[in-house]
Amino acid sequence: MGKVVVVTSGKGGVGKTTSTAALGAALAQTGKRVVLIDFDVGLRNLDLVLGAERRVVFDLINVTQGVAKLSQALIRDKRVDTLFLLPASQTRDKDALTDEGVESVIASLGDKFDYVLCDSPAGIERGAQLAMRYADEAVIVTNPEVSSVRDSDRIIGLLDSRTLKAERGESMPKHILLTRYDSARAARGEMLSIEDVLEILSTPLLGIIPESEGVLRSSNVGSPVTLNEPTNSAAKAYVDAARRLMGEDVPMVLPVDRRGLFDRLFGRRAA
Amino acid sequence: MSLMNLFKKRTSAPVARDRLQVLLAYERNSRSQPDLVAVLREEILAVITKHVQVEDDDVSVTMDRGQTVSTLEIDVTIRNPAMAAA
Repeated sequence: MGKVVVVTSGKGGVGKTTSTAALGAALAQTGKRVVLIDFDVGLRNLDLVLGAERRVVFDLINVTQGVAKLSQALIRDKRVDTLFLLPASQTRDKDALTDEGVESVIASLGDKFDYVLCDSPAGIERGAQLAMRYADEAVIVTNPEVSSVRDSDRIIGLLDSRTLKAERGESMPKHILLTRYDSARAARGEMLSIEDVLEILSTPLLGIIPESEGVLRSSNVGSPVTLNEPTNSAAKAYVDAARRLMGEDVPMVLPVDRRGLFDRLFGRRAA
Repeated sequence: MSLMNLFKKRTSAPVARDRLQVLLAYERNSRSQPDLVAVLREEILAVITKHVQVEDDDVSVTMDRGQTVSTLEIDVTIRNPAMAAA
């Protein structure tokens, strides 16, 4: 039985989808069989970030309603052959997603894959609660910024009360993935430090993803940053985070982007 | 304000941290409290009424959450019918 991991945050725009794609690709590159499920019904974007938007035929709701078989809806990544996507529905009513439907899809995927990553929609409503419901572990994507930290705290409360694990009285392992971190600004006291965020949320850290231009460049071209720019600082940080998710003991270092003399003199980076 | 404070640059991150700590302590408190206390109150009332005649507003349940320990206070008023009649 594979491990079901929800990637969640409460707040929107902090990097859930980007992180799901990057972590998923990094896990799949180690040879693990990985499936990414987009739970953002009506606002799907994981397909776009993965560059699979033109290959979507069937979606999660089609599968739960029996319109399509799971094997028909799964999209295999063209770069890493152990990485798959189960897209969200773009048009249907989001109430079409049922608790039982999600449970059965996750159960069948868990039999076939080593990792099932559930990309949660923003918010704390039904969609977000369904995405976390059957998870074995949670990755909470947090920006070092007040509203993101507050919403992460709220999501931690839901993970500890509204998931199947919580209802059975088991504890849900949770990890913070701190994204868009700028160590220079944190050092100047302009940004919450890693220690501040961890102390406030009292949850262990999975990784620190530095603010990096490579992340946008990668989503522009529809490729996870770990595949598109493997030497990029954010990509390296995602690879480390993925290894920690697999249980490896990887020291927490903050990768930085190398800047050449020309870049430093003129303050611009070649894209 | 001392002269040193004039030169010490005030940074915003500690302000963010302090605001969050105060806010989240309050929010965590109010998030779990109403439901739990209401449920406890209903169940306690049900158990007591099996044995003693009490009115709905004779049972008061309050939760006081602290940093390390929380206290649950249950206050039950049992009316004495003989005294009330007198």
